[in-house]
Amino acid sequence: MASNRRPEHKAPPEIFYNEDEARKYTSNSRMIEIQSQMSARAIELLALPEDAEGCLILDLGCGSGLSGEVIEEQNHVWIGVDISQWMLNVALERDIENGDLVLGDLGQGLPFRAGSFDGAISISALQWLCNADKKSHNPVKRLYILFSTLYACLSRGSRAVFQFYPENSSQAELITQQAMRAGFTGGIVVDYPNSTKAKKWFLVLFTGGSNNQLPKGLTNEREETSSVSYSNTTQRDASKRYKNLKGKPLKKSKEWILQKKERRRRQGKEVRPDSKYTARRRCGRF
Amino acid sequence: MKLLTHNMLTSRCLKGVNVGYPLKLIAHETKQREVAFNSEFVQKMIPKMDWNVLASTAKQFGVDLPCEPPSNASEASEDLLRKVHHALLEIEIMQGELICPETGRKFPIKQGIPNMLCNEDEV
Repeated sequence: MASNRRPEHKAPPEIFYNEDEARKYTSNSRMIEIQSQMSARAIELLALPEDAEGCLILDLGCGSGLSGEVIEEQNHVWIGVDISQWMLNVALERDIENGDLVLGDLGQGLPFRAGSFDGAISISALQWLCNADKKSHNPVKRLYILFSTLYACLSRGSRAVFQFYPENSSQAELITQQAMRAGFTGGIVVDYPNSTKAKKWFLVLFTGGSNNQLPKGLTNEREETSSVSYSNTTQRDASKRYKNLKGKPLKKSKEWILQKKERRRRQGKEVRPDSKYTARRRCGRF
Repeated sequence: MKLLTHNMLTSRCLKGVNVGYPLKLIAHETKQREVAFNSEFVQKMIPKMDWNVLASTAKQFGVDLPCEPPSNASEASEDLLRKVHHALLEIEIMQGELICPETGRKFPIKQGIPNMLCNEDEV
């Protein structure tokens, strides 16, 4: 993607989101629709307990409070943090009933008491932290501070969901790495992975607890048929024997390759989709 | 800013501050607004709040809460729940200051939004 299309390359967030830019979030219906859809999806990924109401949700980079509105619709209460005064001014115009706003810099850490929140969502904010806008900024450190303070202020067993636009796979990797360093488990969920426009990345983080299955991303195609079982018995028997022997699949075997691809996918790296050609032996001549 | 947020905020992002809680609240201008009562939320919040801090700050605004938190939030009387609800969500501090208990750093509250931004040399 051309770098001039990414707003975080133009100016720091507190400057980029000026009066004009903030105004778009109340007047541009397309932006509003996309934001609310992503917020709804993020809340879905939070997987709050069945028909729970009245949870306290943290909204990181709440901006004009669009995501807060979606939270309120589901009868939860929220506290939003954002660095842009202009965006918060727009949020004030909205009639926020069950929410509250704080002006703060995510990269300086979250100023909240331990165990305060039942979940956290963040819509299109994380990529802003990957830039060094000031001489003193160190993106790796700022990400780590955000994640470690977030880990502290979430209650055990709750989740944090970040929707973000990674610039490249190494950026996604950097973000995931810092989150894991801070103690989170989880990974990246990609919605509509085969579409350029609808593709959305969600970093889903767990603070512990039992419900740690990474949810599946949405697709609009029919179930992919990549999970066809190949019944090459001799090969399977051989690999099974090795599996029993060491607990890990035989190196360079189909299982090993699939596991490796899955692992790299979880890390958010670019991985070719599995097909019938995956891990198939090449014919002898080149 | 609601008292709910005040109950959660710390100044731990400042360098050298370990606890940074509770922040002293000085209100210059406050507003009352009605918020729909959600008993489930209040019941859920009671064990999470720092009750002493809530009781003492609510007193500043003329709301009397008992010194001890109800031991079982689900059996608390509706009267008490409504009182807690009023204290948590219906009092808005529009202008004022939050003061760090350890360093004395002041965080201004303007238009109901506390400014928790720190300078580069403070973090």
